[in-house]
Order: sequence, then C-alpha cells, then structure tokens
Amino acid sequence: MEALFAILIGLFFAAAVYLLLSKHTVRMLLGIVLLGNAVNLLLFTTGRLTREVPPIIPTGMDQLPAGTANPLPQALILTAIVISFSFFAFLLVLTYRAYQELGTDNTDEMRLAEPRDEERPPMGY
Amino acid sequence: MNTLILRTVAPVLTALMLLFSIFVLLRGHNEPGGGFIGGLIAASALAIYGIAFGVAAVRRAIRFHPMAIAGAGLFISTLSGLISIFFGVPFMTGLWIYPVFFDVEVPLATVISFDLGVYLVVLGAITSIALALEQEPGPETGGEEG
Amino acid sequence: MATPSTVPVDLSAALVLAPVPLADWLVVLPVASMIAFGALLMMVRKSVRLQGTIAIAGLALLVLLDAGLLWRVMVHGPVTMVMGRWLPPFGIAFTADLFGAVMALVSAVVALAAGIFALTDIDASGRRYGFFPFLMLLMAGVTGAFLTGDIFNLYVWFEVLLIASFGLLILGSEPEQIDGALKYAILNLIGTTLFLIAVGYLYAIFGTLNMADIARKAGTLRETAPLTTLTALFIFAFAMKAAAFPVNFWLPASYHTPRIVVSALFGGLLTKIGIYALIRVTVMLLPVEREELSLMIAVSAALTMLIGALGALAQNDIRKLVGYLVIAGIGNMMAGVAIGTPAAVSGAILYALNSVATMTALYLVAGEAARLAGAWSLSGLGGLYRRAPWFSAASFAFFLAAAGLPPLAGMWPKVVLLKASLDIGAWWLAASILVSAFVITLALGRVFLLAYWRPLSGPAPKMPGEDAPAGDWRIVLPLGALTFLVVLFGLLPEPLLDLTQRAATNLADPAAYILSVFPQSAIERGALP
Repeated sequence: MEALFAILIGLFFAAAVYLLLSKHTVRMLLGIVLLGNAVNLLLFTTGRLTREVPPIIPTGMDQLPAGTANPLPQALILTAIVISFSFFAFLLVLTYRAYQELGTDNTDEMRLAEPRDEERPPMGY
Repeated sequence: MNTLILRTVAPVLTALMLLFSIFVLLRGHNEPGGGFIGGLIAASALAIYGIAFGVAAVRRAIRFHPMAIAGAGLFISTLSGLISIFFGVPFMTGLWIYPVFFDVEVPLATVISFDLGVYLVVLGAITSIALALEQEPGPETGGEEG
Repeated sequence: MATPSTVPVDLSAALVLAPVPLADWLVVLPVASMIAFGALLMMVRKSVRLQGTIAIAGLALLVLLDAGLLWRVMVHGPVTMVMGRWLPPFGIAFTADLFGAVMALVSAVVALAAGIFALTDIDASGRRYGFFPFLMLLMAGVTGAFLTGDIFNLYVWFEVLLIASFGLLILGSEPEQIDGALKYAILNLIGTTLFLIAVGYLYAIFGTLNMADIARKAGTLRETAPLTTLTALFIFAFAMKAAAFPVNFWLPASYHTPRIVVSALFGGLLTKIGIYALIRVTVMLLPVEREELSLMIAVSAALTMLIGALGALAQNDIRKLVGYLVIAGIGNMMAGVAIGTPAAVSGAILYALNSVATMTALYLVAGEAARLAGAWSLSGLGGLYRRAPWFSAASFAFFLAAAGLPPLAGMWPKVVLLKASLDIGAWWLAASILVSAFVITLALGRVFLLAYWRPLSGPAPKMPGEDAPAGDWRIVLPLGALTFLVVLFGLLPEPLLDLTQRAATNLADPAAYILSVFPQSAIERGALP
C-alpha cells in the first residue's frame, strides 16, 4: 500500500514541478496547489497507512486499542491544508492583480522590478 | 450578477447558511465541525450575498470591516490562551466552568472561546479576500488581501 | 471531558500537573503579546494616529519581555513551556535557549527601531492598509520561530511571518511592488513547502517532532535511517529562505520594491530566520550529517559571499546594493555552519546578530539618504555630507560595520570566522571571507564617495510626499540607537563574544536543552544519555 502511495506522490510531484517550470503565473499557481497536495499525501503516508479505526480511547480503558490510525499526521495535514489554502487565496488575488497591473501573466515580461537596461553605477565624479 | 432567481433566493440562503455556520461551530465541540469550517460556511454565505447584490451591500450589511472582524477573532483566541496565566497552568490549557441555566448544566470552556475566535478570523479573512475578488476591476480595488 | 465525573485516570502520565512558575511565561508572552497587539491594531485600523502609539508600545513591551527572557535563560538555563499542559513530546513545546533568546531580543530591538522610523515613512494610507498589524504579525512569526521547540511549529511560524511579509511587501500596490511580490511569494512558498517535505520525512524517521526528542534519538538511528538525505533537504530549504547561492535570486528581485522600512525589516530579520533554522537543525539536531555535507555548505557559502559582494559592486540603486550585502552576509554565516566547530558556530551567531542590526540600519540609511537627496541611484545622489554631517557620520559607522572594518561591531564575527576556518585548514574559505569583505569595502567606499562627498550642483530634488523636518526624532532616535549599538559592541565585544560562545557550546551539546524539555527523563535515569 505504501509503495502505491509513493508512486502516486511521485506523480503529483512530477506534475507540480512541470507546472512550476512554466513561465505563466496561472500554471505556476496550479503547480503550487498540486505541490501542496503532494506534500499532504506525503505527510499522510509518513504516519504509516492503517485501517480506519479512529484513535479514541474507549470507556474503561486507559490506552488506545491496537491498530488505530495515527492522529498526528492528520493534525499536521489539517494545519498544512489551512495554511496552503490561505496562501492560495492570497496568491490568487496577487496573480489577478499582477495580470491587471502588468498586463501579462508571462514572468519573462514582468521586468518592472528588474529592468532589462538598468543603469550602471557611475565610474567617477 | 443580476438574475431574479438569485436575487430572490440569496437573502434566504445567506441567512440559512449563517445559521448553519453557527450550528457547525458549536457542534465542533465534540463532533466533526468547528470554527474553521463554520467560518468558511459563513464567508461563503456572505460571498453569495455579494454576488447577488454587490460588494457594497455586503460591506453595509456586516457593519464592521472584515479585517476588523478577523482582528477581533484573533484577539479572542489569544485571550483564551492567556487566561491560564491566572490559574498556574501552561498557555492554551483548556479551562472549564459548568454554569447551570434552567436546570441544564452547560459546560463552557476556553476551548469554545478559542474556536469562536477561529470562526471570526476565518470569516473575516476569507470574506475580505472574496470581496476583493468580487469587486469590479478598477484602478484601486485591492488592499484587503492577507 | 464534558462531564467532570469520569473514570479516574493517571493524569500525571499525560499532563503537567505541577503549577507553572510565572517566569516560564516569558517564553510564550513575547509571541502571544505580538498576536494580541496585532489583533488589536486590526480592530482599530481606521484611527491612524492611535495605531502608531499602540504599535510602538507593543514593540517596546516585546523588547522588555525578550530582555527578561534572555536574563532568565542566562541565569537558569533553557526555559520550556508546553501548550495546553500536555507533556512533551506530545504537547507543542516552546523552548528558549541562549541562541533563540538572544536572537529574539536583537530582532525585537531592531523592530522597535524600524517601527519608530515607520512613523514617518508610512503615511496614512499605508497605515489604513494595515502596516502596523502586519508588522506585529511579522514579529509574532519571527519571535515564534526563535522560541519554539517543535519543528513543525517552526514551519507554522515560518508561514506566519511569510504571510505577514506578503502583506507588507505589497503595501502600496504599485506595479513594481506587485512584480517583486509575485516572485518573492512563489519562491518563498516553494521554499517552505520543501521545509514541510523535510519535516514529513523527519517524522517518518523519528516518529516525533519535538526538537529535544529528535536530538535525543538522532544518535540511535544513525546507522539505519537516511539522515544525510534528510539533512540535505533541510539545508536546501533553509538556504532558499536565507537567500544562499544558488537559490538567492528572489532577494534582489523583490527587496528593493516595498517601502524602505519594510525592506529594512526584511533585510534585517527574514533571511536570518533561515540561518537560525539552519543552525538549529544542522548543528543541534543532525551534527554528524552536517559534517558529511560540510564541503557542499562551504562551497555554497563561499560562492554566496562572492556573488553578494560582486553584486553590490555592480548596483546603481542603493537599495539593491544593500540587498546584495544581505546576501554576502548570509555567505559568511553559512561558512560558520560549514565549519561547524563551536567557535565557528559562535562566529555565525555573532554575525547574525550583527547583521540583523546593520542591515536594517543600512536600509534605513538608504531611505534617509534618498529623502535628503531625492534619488535612489548613485548617479543621482550627492552632497549628503554637506547637508547632513551627523547623518553622514552614522552612515559611515554602518558602512564600516557592514564591511567588517575595525573598530566597529562588524569586525568581530569576521575575525572569529577567519580564525575558525584557518584552524581547520580551510584557507580558501578564509580567503573568500577576506575577498568578499574587500569588495564590499570598495562598494561601500564608492557609495560614500559618490553620495556623500560628491558635491551636488543646484538644490536637491525632493522625494514626492515626504516632508519630515530635519532632525525629526522619529529618524534620529532609531538611527542613533542602532549606531550606538554598533559602536558599543565594536569597542566592547567581550560580553557578546562570551554570550555567543556559550550559545554555540549549548548547541553542540544540547544536554541542558533536552533536560529543560524532559526533566522527568533525567530523574528516571539518574543522568542523561
């Protein structure tokens, strides 16, 4: 089961990296979303895949029964999802604004902060 | 968006969704649910209202600026953690009181006030982003991100 | 939990039952107070004047709390508090040792200086937009990163400061800022995602996220687990955050676009968080693997120094020039990590402390110079020495400090690093430190020559929309205080050298750190492994 997940995560990462290598911000955004999901799956798998027994101590016992799911990776994923969700919302607004202001989604043409023909510093008085 | 159907349904839908979001918030205490998902539902309720009647109508309806709502939520959450300084227990320890209303014992905790804060943070932040996106493109529309 | 009457369980196995001394709260209060102040400022976003007052009060409180924490740590050793009274490693622990506490204190001082400077630099629209709330959240993230004892929590604080930095970066929504912010946002987000991947693997290997617990277990797992790969992933992620070569190109693309106060905060604080995390993870948690990868780190460090220095020499815009100086400093700190002896790590820590103050000050100097002379570029600046001699003297002090020339604070970390690299025979690393310092001296010397000494014909053009009177306390106080610090620790380096040495020794042998998180383990076994 872990091996299957490893392959799946690998595919996710490959697709994410491919999209991130694009020049267009919208594709890069999709790449970032995929990357976030790949990491979430990775975290899920690192907690070992088990049967879906919820990690709740039954009444009358003082420790977990055997074979329960590991709750910690799920907490980590939940945090990571919340964070990546808010980042995605921010980036969505930012790319939209960038497209409005700069008139392009091609990062090669976004040269406002680093102009192509930048002046050299003066060589003397 | 100016369809009659949406404009008729939107107020009802918004009210129902806001109510449901509070139900989800309170249910999150011992069952699936909670502040984050409740806040998301409430934010989408306001987003629907915004689609139907425009961003200005939403801003009027919620009275406070969305970021101020988020700030209030963050403040409540932080205070819920800081209260434990007076009880000699570490930061963010859940503290409980059991007041009785009409012969019903209602357990209240800093956990609930923390979750209420989360609800407001999510509601404020997501609403502010949604409104920024719904606004008609103009020279100065943004300024509410993050 | 809902009803008080349940089956009796042994709570001492899971919870902290002893009452917590009030002094332990010093670990949590800096972060909590910053979040509370940030929230308060978000609520009063309309009243522009009130915001400044609240924010400065909050930052002053942060300085006091961090100073108290540092004092506590110096006297009693590392301080730990767990969230929600759950025992470590299950509860998230905040642990402050000397390294974290001293970094937090210096960051707070610098943030206070920048906050006061911001009173003139950030106008009403910038405040309504939320400069001060974002500043508070940034400081919450920075302080949290320095004080947390849990590696996933470190990731969370990285994200907190990242989202606050996004807000600060696009504070005027000018097209140039949006261009810079887009590159900064995407590359930094990828960097933190790499960090998260590394944390995931770390959890898979160790089954714990508590740093003290990891430090305890690293020795036993060394034969079986792929720890070198993991360390390489961590180094790559942190190098990206710290803007080390070859992943440094986002910094010159974005750091010169926002308001100058924002640049100052970023240049002083954000890259140093990457260095802090690098030192914490590679030196304290995975020292053997760091040793294996030390050549790779050293090469990256040397190239970072040289690229930074040469880049600074090639810039016309003084903000970009300072950006490259930040990069060159990162190279020096990474050299300390690469060598890895306690002396070298103490040099890196000292350099980081010095760099936090100097780089912030240099950006503020750049802003003030541009305000006085009406230009950002070396070809436009001029005549500053005649117009503002005291300001020129302060600038000169920072230039000396940044170049590492005696007698100012910048020299000592370079001396410590040089000695450490010569001690292990890495002559080429020592040479690159010297060459980089020499080139930086050239670049800054030229700035002083052109912008300060060169006479400017005719009245200087004014920067639009900025009309603070000369000698405004909001400019004099922060620059004066930072000058004082730089001169003081240049002339009297002994206490700081001593402090960083102790910090580095505690990192090399984290027994006190582990003891502070797991006091019960020491009692059980009599002594620590």
